[in-house]
Amino acid sequence: MPLTTTQTLIIMGAMTLGTVITRFLPFILFRTPKSEHSVITYLGQTLPYAAIGLLVVYCLKGITFTATSGWVPEAISIGFTALLHVWKGNTLLSIGLGTVLYMVLVQVVFV
Amino acid sequence: MDEMKKALKAAFPHTIPILTGFLFIGMAYGMLMDSKGYGPGWSFLFSLIVLAGSAQFVGVTFLTSAFNPLYAFAMTLMINARHLFYGISMLERYKDMGKLKPYLIYGLCDETFSVICATTPPEGVSVKWFRFFITALHQLYWIAGSVLGGLMGSMITFNTKGLDFVLTALFVVIFTSQWKAHPNHKPALIGLFSTAACLILFGPDRFIIPAMIGIILLLVIFKKQIRGPIPEPAQGEEEIQCL
Repeated sequence: MPLTTTQTLIIMGAMTLGTVITRFLPFILFRTPKSEHSVITYLGQTLPYAAIGLLVVYCLKGITFTATSGWVPEAISIGFTALLHVWKGNTLLSIGLGTVLYMVLVQVVFV
Repeated sequence: MDEMKKALKAAFPHTIPILTGFLFIGMAYGMLMDSKGYGPGWSFLFSLIVLAGSAQFVGVTFLTSAFNPLYAFAMTLMINARHLFYGISMLERYKDMGKLKPYLIYGLCDETFSVICATTPPEGVSVKWFRFFITALHQLYWIAGSVLGGLMGSMITFNTKGLDFVLTALFVVIFTSQWKAHPNHKPALIGLFSTAACLILFGPDRFIIPAMIGIILLLVIFKKQIRGPIPEPAQGEEEIQCL
């Protein structure tokens, strides 16, 4: 546990607040018809797609190009996960096998 | 009492598909938390209170880096921005939910949204309680999965190096699903490339906030060009492939 108990609870509070705001905001804001809030509606439609792109990059912030072990396991596993998902479309299978492949790569192949 | 029992009976079958998914992904979450020194008790608390799958996974990184609640808050807002859309779609449905309404909104995760969108209770079953039990059962599965994963993590010892990739894989899968499901790839590409650009410009420790601001600005400024054929997702459609 890298953080103290109090710090962990504060992080939990911050995350809960962030979640609660996104879930309750529409019900607080939109008591009037939708069309008056076209920018929010538009962001509600497009932001989810952009946010996932952001999160993919966020997960890769630690990669380095100075050694093959710094980026090749990621590249192989992401390619595999995406292709498997395009092929089978099974979320659990893609996540499960992709993670196992990565673990094998970093533990056995690119040590 | 009888009203609740009937609603629970009607709701349960609709939650079975989510049961498997939540147990499995919840277990991965619990194990990941445990591998970072946060045992099943912590997983229980996070799953009970935060109740947001992808945000909780990313949350593991907040718990393992320097203490920064503002950053955790901003990231959670960004990850959960899609809930704004669910809320907008639910305004009508949740209009007459009475005293259950706050909990229904609190528990409105992706899966609950998609199931509630796609189902109507049979004749004679209370809509309010039917939706309440769908929401509550999903929450229960999610908590159970996380705690189980935490327990397994502390009992079985294996080399967890690389387990963090479960988070990357999760987002790659969501990204791929969205890419397949929607012809308009501009928002996804904006997210990918402006974040990558900010990572190069600002470095791994402070690129997220500029990236978020950049994304929102780009989306709003180029609204006309981007808008194109983003379909207003039909109710209950498989729009929702995230956690």
